[in-house]
Amino acid sequence: MTNPMEFFMSVDVSLSDKLLEILYFVIGLIAIYVAIRNLNDKTNEKRFGTFIFWFLLGLMFLIGKWIPPMATGVLMVLMVLSPIFKQVKAGNEPSPTPEEMQNNYKKIGYKVFVPALSIGAFALIAALFTTISPIFGMGVGVVFGIILLMLFSKENTPKVFLNDGRRMLDIVGPLSMLPTLLAALGAVFTTAGVGDVISGLVTNIIPEGNVAFGIIVYAVGMALFTMVMGNAFAAITVMTVGIGAPFVLAYGADPVIIGSLALTCGYCGTLCTPMAANFNIVPVAVLEMKDDYGVIKNQVLIAAIMLVIQIIMMIVLS
Amino acid sequence: MEILKLLGILIVIIGFILKLDSILIIMVAAVVTALVSGIDLVTFLETLGSSFVSNRSMCTFIIVLVLTGTLERNGLKQAAAEFMGKFKNASAGLIVGIYGIIRLIFGAFNISVGGAASFIRPIVMPMAQAIVEKDGHPIADEYLEQLKGMSSAMDNVAWFFGQVLFVGTSGMLLVQSTLADLGYEVALIDLASVQIPVALIATAVAIIYYFLKDRRLAKKYAGGAKS
Repeated sequence: MTNPMEFFMSVDVSLSDKLLEILYFVIGLIAIYVAIRNLNDKTNEKRFGTFIFWFLLGLMFLIGKWIPPMATGVLMVLMVLSPIFKQVKAGNEPSPTPEEMQNNYKKIGYKVFVPALSIGAFALIAALFTTISPIFGMGVGVVFGIILLMLFSKENTPKVFLNDGRRMLDIVGPLSMLPTLLAALGAVFTTAGVGDVISGLVTNIIPEGNVAFGIIVYAVGMALFTMVMGNAFAAITVMTVGIGAPFVLAYGADPVIIGSLALTCGYCGTLCTPMAANFNIVPVAVLEMKDDYGVIKNQVLIAAIMLVIQIIMMIVLS
Repeated sequence: MEILKLLGILIVIIGFILKLDSILIIMVAAVVTALVSGIDLVTFLETLGSSFVSNRSMCTFIIVLVLTGTLERNGLKQAAAEFMGKFKNASAGLIVGIYGIIRLIFGAFNISVGGAASFIRPIVMPMAQAIVEKDGHPIADEYLEQLKGMSSAMDNVAWFFGQVLFVGTSGMLLVQSTLADLGYEVALIDLASVQIPVALIATAVAIIYYFLKDRRLAKKYAGGAKS
């Protein structure tokens, strides 16, 4: 638990971290707006469940850092109950009509690309020229883009942005929380020592002294373990301690090449798993695709090719 | 019974294969793992809470979507379509590839310029779709679905292999500290330079693959949606 006053006054906390907390506060306010907007939406038959979901998410952003971790954990458990009991549904925020979009295009034209690119531009500026996190830069880019759109057209009032944001968040829905929930599951796995058990099992099946075989097991194991966990970060520590060090590095292989490529072997696994929801499942929702695995199916071949190339590099170069 | 700790992983695998509710699977796996490992309720809730707080950056899409929705309303798709109309010889697959190169370059600067919500939906897809529909026929559903899949896949491939080129990316910091614990000192710049050929090959493979796949789809669905 941290006192927000102390946090923001402290000289030991970087400016970047303080600014990020402001960004998370704004995100919390947006989620609460989505919650209230759904509560007042009489046409949404699941309006109470939808309200509870977004309200608790917003609350976690507003106070999650400042209350005891256990209390934040309780809020998280309460938050997921709504979607688990199928009580979250998109409301009826009117989409822009083709005529409206066409008329706005005639009025604004190519200038609309400027606010579209501002998110990335400000993140880049933050990373290249400041010590502030590009995540905060992204937030500044959003604000900049909003101001530009308001200058382009008087019809773009703050309410339009908020309601369009609600429309988009309703489309994405609770599925957008999967990465956060998977990270929490990974944290539980770590606390339970799941990684130790896995490395213990794999250690039993590798013959000692065969470096090439060790490399193959290490690389493929990274990919498979990442597929299961949805996260190469969880895999790299466990697999390097369990397999990389005793069966590859101990025989004199170059730790730079082995360590670096092991991570990207893990990324090959990330390309193949629904557990990496942020990359493989959320886009399905955002792009309104029909096939839940439509993204993964376009990545499997590339992941396989890259895994083979990296294994060859590891064996030949080290 | 250490092996029981893997029950949570089994639940996740079976749950995803059976396509059960994803959020339910994750919560059940977390609870079961805690139960069989003797994690008490307080520690369990604290683990969830701390994890949420340290992973809040995963939710920054919330603020991005506030801008994205109104960009669409202000004719971004129409502008993109109009702009793409100038490239009479470009194919949709080529647009996907060009996007991949941009994503890779930004990724090497540790910048996420892209993503389904902030880039593919408002910019890449309208461009690609406009090219396919240039002949006046609406795009076939299956072709559209595949273009969405290829755009997102290009996005992931370029981002994953691009960000490891950044000296000091979080993944490589983790590799460095893991190796240091084992007694191997490595420099971040060396870890990153190993990745240069890997990034170039991965991006090239993806661009060629999607270019060829798009060309096949374009032939198959020439003349628009068949009813």
